[in-house]
Amino acid sequence: MNLPEQSSTHSARLAVELVRLRRDYVVRSPVAGSRRRRRQVVRAVDDVTLRIDRGETVGFVGANGAGKSTTIKMMTGILQPTSGAVRVLGRDPVPERRHLAREIGVVFGQRSQLWWDLPLRDSYRILGAMHRLTDRAREQRLERLAAGLDLGGFLDRPVRQLSLGQRMRGEVAAALLHSPELVVLDEPTIGLDMVSKEGLRRFLREDRAERGTTLFLTTHDMGDVERLCNRIVVVNSGTVAYDGALDSFRERLGAPRELVVDLEEPLDVLTLPTAAHTLAVEAGGIRHRIAFSGAELTVPTLLTAIGSQAAVRDLSLSEPAIEDLVRQIYSRGGRL
Amino acid sequence: MPTYWTIAAAAFRQYSTYRLATVAGVFTNSVFGLIRASILFAAITTAGGELSGYTIAQAATYVWLGQALLAPIEAFGTREVSQRVHQGDVAIDLLRPTSFLGLYYAQKLGRAAFLLLGRGVPPLLIGALLTGLALPEDPLSYLLGALSLLLAITVAFLTDMLVNLTAFWLLETRGLTVVYTAVMNLLSGFLIPIVWFPDWLLSIARATPFPSMIQTPIDTLSGRVPPLEALPLLGTQLGWTAVLTAAALLMLHAGVRSVEVQGG
Repeated sequence: MNLPEQSSTHSARLAVELVRLRRDYVVRSPVAGSRRRRRQVVRAVDDVTLRIDRGETVGFVGANGAGKSTTIKMMTGILQPTSGAVRVLGRDPVPERRHLAREIGVVFGQRSQLWWDLPLRDSYRILGAMHRLTDRAREQRLERLAAGLDLGGFLDRPVRQLSLGQRMRGEVAAALLHSPELVVLDEPTIGLDMVSKEGLRRFLREDRAERGTTLFLTTHDMGDVERLCNRIVVVNSGTVAYDGALDSFRERLGAPRELVVDLEEPLDVLTLPTAAHTLAVEAGGIRHRIAFSGAELTVPTLLTAIGSQAAVRDLSLSEPAIEDLVRQIYSRGGRL
Repeated sequence: MPTYWTIAAAAFRQYSTYRLATVAGVFTNSVFGLIRASILFAAITTAGGELSGYTIAQAATYVWLGQALLAPIEAFGTREVSQRVHQGDVAIDLLRPTSFLGLYYAQKLGRAAFLLLGRGVPPLLIGALLTGLALPEDPLSYLLGALSLLLAITVAFLTDMLVNLTAFWLLETRGLTVVYTAVMNLLSGFLIPIVWFPDWLLSIARATPFPSMIQTPIDTLSGRVPPLEALPLLGTQLGWTAVLTAAALLMLHAGVRSVEVQGG
């Protein structure tokens, strides 16, 4: 059914093409002491150009209000761009919204596309009918999704009774049921615990490997980007501040992870591998804060190096938050 | 078509899970039916046994059919679509590969089917036992009545949708819903039959889609208007369906294009 188009033009190989995309909102705010409202134009997306090949996985990150959701709305055809061009899977999203809806799967982490009062399974029956899947095709796909996302235990429970983690897995299954070519995830792991996050990411990776899907996701969680994406696009104030491979993004920023170790006996200096350095020594030599590059050094290697010098009593590890990395980019004037 | 059938069936199942609400609704409908029937009976008795073509039995039928239609017509308006617009969940609806109006119409029909059985039939039975009903003589009345009922549900769905779709432009639609409900209850012929109106109000009512929602299906179903005379009334219902569908599609089109979908 959904064979990739046999076209030699470059744009047909692109999953997403945004050219000088812009969107203004008109905001009317009340003015004190006046019955008139002040009319104000807010530019949510300003001159975004982005080309995504089929099969790529792109993390689209930025602070709140950076224009991520607005971009997604224009990509999916529910919002008309003020100016610029959008092509998604070779289609013009606004006029071809319903066609496009058959070829893309969207998860809005904050919204639900499931039927609240009905058993989860019923949502898939309805979605299957909407996407014109045969019963057989739907059941086969659902079996795969239920196994991968571990839905088995609550397929027959009404959606309103599901925990957030269960519901999110249900949402992802709903977006993937019709085997879409492009999967758009807007904050898919928001509010999930580590185990649920990891399970969701693992399945998204598997499904992508099986079907060669294009994945486009916005997130606040660096873990999502690290586990799922090979390319990262950072937006700031509606413009693209960084666009490139994830590895080089981290390399250029150094992306220091931080390891805190508490030693059994005080030690003034720890000798560390070159990719790590001591940030601070606290509590008279008991606690050492160590920064290291996750790309060059693994935690076990680092721990082995420390363990040969002192006995470790306790440790904790903190990941660089995406916000911190993005802030570094912003502080460099938006360019690396 | 199977798509919309599946959606309608799901809406039916969904509503059938609200058992307590159904029982409470039937109770309320029946109590108000009795109150309304006693008021009309008093009026008709005072008028000498007949008032503008309504006898006691016909008035009873009118009241109980009206009570039965209240729930499936959703005479008090719905707020689902306007709330989804305000909260931005309408984005989910627009990302479905189905027509927006079709999706909601299918849900409405599934819901109406349940409400007709669960909320409509019981007050009719209670009415038949307590006050008696005047049943139509011509079997054709049942057929046309069923058709008229479907059209009435459709017209009510469309006008309610128009009110809801104003949410694309208005921050708050509750006021509009209240006005709509008040006007609808009067002009549809739910409170009193529209033929009891003074001429000027009758002309106003007949220029609106409201009588197509309640007066027409009641008249057709009860056989008070014989089948042949009911046909033009059904034609009016069809006309309103066409006009209101066009209006709803236009509003939806304009709404989606001109207004942002709210929320992150």
